[in-house]
Amino acid sequence: MALDFSQIIPALPGLADGMLLTLKLLVMAVGGGVVLGTLLALARLSDNLLLSRLAKWYVNYFRSIPLLLVISWFYLVVPMVLSWITGDLTPVGAFTSCLVAFVMFEAAYFSEIVRAGIQSISRGQINAAYALGMTYSQAMRLVILPQAFRKMMPLLLQQSIILFQDTSLVYAVGLMDFLNTARSKGDVVGLPHEFLLFAGAVYFVISFGASQWVKRLQKRFAV
Amino acid sequence: MSAMISINNVSKWYGDFQVLTDCTTGVKKGEVVVVCGPSGSGKSTLIKCVNALEPFQKGEIIVDGIAVGDPKTDLPKLRSRVGMVFQHFELFPHLSITENLAIAQVKVLGRSQDEAREKGLKLLDRVGLKAHAHKFPGQLSGGQQQRVAIARALAMDPIAMLFDEPTSALDPEMINEVLDVMTELAQEGMTMMCVTHEMGFARRVAHRVIFMDQGAIVEDCDKDAFFGDINARSERARQFLSKILQH
Repeated sequence: MALDFSQIIPALPGLADGMLLTLKLLVMAVGGGVVLGTLLALARLSDNLLLSRLAKWYVNYFRSIPLLLVISWFYLVVPMVLSWITGDLTPVGAFTSCLVAFVMFEAAYFSEIVRAGIQSISRGQINAAYALGMTYSQAMRLVILPQAFRKMMPLLLQQSIILFQDTSLVYAVGLMDFLNTARSKGDVVGLPHEFLLFAGAVYFVISFGASQWVKRLQKRFAV
Repeated sequence: MSAMISINNVSKWYGDFQVLTDCTTGVKKGEVVVVCGPSGSGKSTLIKCVNALEPFQKGEIIVDGIAVGDPKTDLPKLRSRVGMVFQHFELFPHLSITENLAIAQVKVLGRSQDEAREKGLKLLDRVGLKAHAHKFPGQLSGGQQQRVAIARALAMDPIAMLFDEPTSALDPEMINEVLDVMTELAQEGMTMMCVTHEMGFARRVAHRVIFMDQGAIVEDCDKDAFFGDINARSERARQFLSKILQH
């Protein structure tokens, strides 16, 4: 069977739209995931036993269930919760429900990275911050987290690359991301193999390129 | 002279292990007190209790009329008025020297950036490091970092300074540059409590010397008495002094 890649060219604008959605979801999910993950890490490390336990349960729970399940759940659950709050049925759309699912799921992974990063900063640094009169929140924001994030950057980026690939799971709720767009366009023109091969190549180039870039970054940060 | 820091019957435990036993002493305004003793004697722990970096279970510590152990005490505010210098400098490595000096002035005392920078530069000049203002801590030697750390503490206009083994992580040739800054401070009348093994510094600069062993204060006397009449000292202090003064 001969492959015919010529039909990909007219489909490129549509594929670009799909990639745009993938990247938008990625950026928002990483942002939200890091913020929630940092809060979880701080809760996990806090002296408050209840807070620490809750964070631990959250992390263990979300790391023990498949992402695809979380995505399907939130597609059904988020509109339901919103309808409880607002009283009437508000459709939130697949994108929002996917974003919430990714943020909550990835936060569990990001929080473990952030926790390790915070713990890698010596006790003396927080003592120095306290000795200057800083509060806990100032010491964290101004002294500990900036250092921790610098150390964690390669790991956070590596996790983001994994997330970039995982975004393709949104096909389950019909969101037209890059992979889903490629699949459907391929089906329409009757060339699914070519389109899937092309999609695979694009994922590989982006993920591998980003991975190499992170490795270079890691060497620079390791100094 | 009134007591700037008074420590009354302070005891502290890590679990079942008692690290401080009924410590009572004080530092008057303008006084320089050196705390010495073998490692593990609790001297660093005691000095960290003064600004509540370490909690204690029994007794009280009063700093400028404020009870450190009182749960109602605004600890950040209290700490902002007491400077502390650490064994490992603890400059913030992600900030330049200028920013290290300015950050707490701005965020804690609410000074403007310009005011904080100017004050920082003045103090940096005083410790002889003005030319290094734009650098990062990692680019400075240990002795230089510790001088910056002293300047950072002074930038807060502290009513007293705590030094926790400020020279023990330094190479020998850098010890004096730090001691010189401390000596100058003492001569200007700064209230100082210094945990140190530098007996030369104690002899030259201190008013009083406290000797600790196994979590208790064994000796607390005038510098002249401490170094002058060695036979009047406790057995433990004599042993310590004979070991440390031979070198």
